[in-house]
Amino acid sequence: MLSIDLDFRRGAFRLQAQAEIGAGVTGVCGPSGSGKSTLLALLAGLLKPQSGTIRFDGDLLSGNGRFVPAWERHFGLVFQEGQLFPHLSVRDNLLYGYKRLEPAQRRFELQPVLDLLEIGPLVTRRPAQLSGGERQRVALGRALLYSPRLLLLDEPLSSLDERLKQQILPFLRRVKEETRLPMLYVTHATAEVDYLADRVMQMEAGRLREPAVA
Amino acid sequence: MFSPDELTALWLSAKVAFWATLLCLPPGIALSWWLARRDSRGKLALEVLVQLPMVLPPVVPGYLLLLLLGNQGLIGRWLNEQFGISIAFTWKGAVLASAVMAFPLMVQPVRLAFAMIDRRLEQAATTLGAPPWRVFLSITLPLALPGIIAGLVLCFSRSLGEFGATMAFVGSIPGETRTIPLAIYGYTHMPGGEVAAQRLTLLSIALASIALAAAHIISRRAERLLGYKPHAEH
Repeated sequence: MLSIDLDFRRGAFRLQAQAEIGAGVTGVCGPSGSGKSTLLALLAGLLKPQSGTIRFDGDLLSGNGRFVPAWERHFGLVFQEGQLFPHLSVRDNLLYGYKRLEPAQRRFELQPVLDLLEIGPLVTRRPAQLSGGERQRVALGRALLYSPRLLLLDEPLSSLDERLKQQILPFLRRVKEETRLPMLYVTHATAEVDYLADRVMQMEAGRLREPAVA
Repeated sequence: MFSPDELTALWLSAKVAFWATLLCLPPGIALSWWLARRDSRGKLALEVLVQLPMVLPPVVPGYLLLLLLGNQGLIGRWLNEQFGISIAFTWKGAVLASAVMAFPLMVQPVRLAFAMIDRRLEQAATTLGAPPWRVFLSITLPLALPGIIAGLVLCFSRSLGEFGATMAFVGSIPGETRTIPLAIYGYTHMPGGEVAAQRLTLLSIALASIALAAAHIISRRAERLLGYKPHAEH
C-alpha cells in the first residue's frame, strides 16, 4: 500500500527509510529526536526528500522528478497539540477538509463522527474553550472527515496526562475498528502502540527498521 | 463652532487619510508577509528602505517626491505629457505623501502579526487539502487581523498628522492640500489666527485619541473573536 524508499538530510541529521506499510495500524516507535516526526512530515508532503521515492497504491507521490504537494496527497495528519484553528468554531474546524471534498469522495459524514468521538455537544465552542482531551478528539475528527487515504498520527497523546491518555485510547481503537483506515501511529510510548498497532517498526537515529511481529 | 475654512481642512484631512490608508493596505500586507516569512539577501535593504521615512526629516521624502513626480520631475513630466495627469500640488499628491510617510507604521504591526502565527496551523490546513492561497485567505489572514487593524489605524492616524512631506510636495493650497496640520501652521502665521489654531489643535488631539482608542477596542474584540486568550493586564 505505502511503499517508501527515502533519503532526507537537514544539517547533520539524516533520515533513511525503506519500508512497505500495509493496511491496519502500523506503529512507529523511537526516542525523541530519532526522526519520527520528520518521517511523517515527509510522508504528508510537508518536507521534500533529497532522493528516493514514496508510493501509495502504486501512485508515485515523490521521486523521479515528481513531487505531489501536501494538499493533493489526501493523507490526514493529526498533530501533537491538535493544531485546531483558533478563529473557527469546532464545527468549522471539523468541516475544514470535508468542505474541500467532492460529495463522492466523502466517506464519513459529520453526525457519525460526532457520535464516534462523542464531541457532538462541543460543535458551537471555540478551540480555546476545550480541554486538552477534547481538543485531540476534535483534531482526530477533523482528519477523519477529510476522508484520508491514510491517517498519520504524530504523537497525538503526548501532550495529555496519563488519565486523559487512557480516555482517548479507546476512541482511537474505535476509529481503527470502525473505519478500517490505514494508519501510521508515531509515538515514543510503547504502551500506546501495544494497545493499537497491528505491527510495530522502530525508528533509531534516523533509520527505520523493518517491522517486527507485534 | 468651526469656520467653513476649518471644516474644509477637516474634511480634506479625512479624505486624504482615508485614501492614503487604502493605498497602503495591499502593498502593506504583501510586504509584511514577505518580511515575516522569507529570508533573502535583499531583505535588509528593503527593511531599511521601508523604515527610512520614519527617521528621515519628513521634508526629505516630500522633496524626493517632488523631484520624481513634480510637473517638471522625472516621472511627473512624462505622466503630464502622456496622460495629462498632474499629482504635485493636488490632493492626490497629499495622499501619496501621507502614504509614503505612514507606510512603515502599517508594516510594523502587520509583520509582527504574521510572524506570530503558528506555522503548524498552516501546515494543518495544507494537509486538509487547502492549497497555499486558500491557506492564506482562510487561516493566515484572519489570524493576522488584529495586527492588520492596528496597522490600519496607525496608518490613518499618521496620515491625519502628516505635515512635512505634504508641505514640500504639494504645498498648502486651501481646499486642495491644506489639511488640519497645514491649516494650524497657516493660522499661527496669520495675525488673529490663534483662536482658530487652538481650535484645530484641540480637534487634532481629539481625533488622534479617538482613533487610538478605537484601534484598541477593535483589536481586542478581534482577538476575542479569533479565540486568543484574554490577557490579564487589560
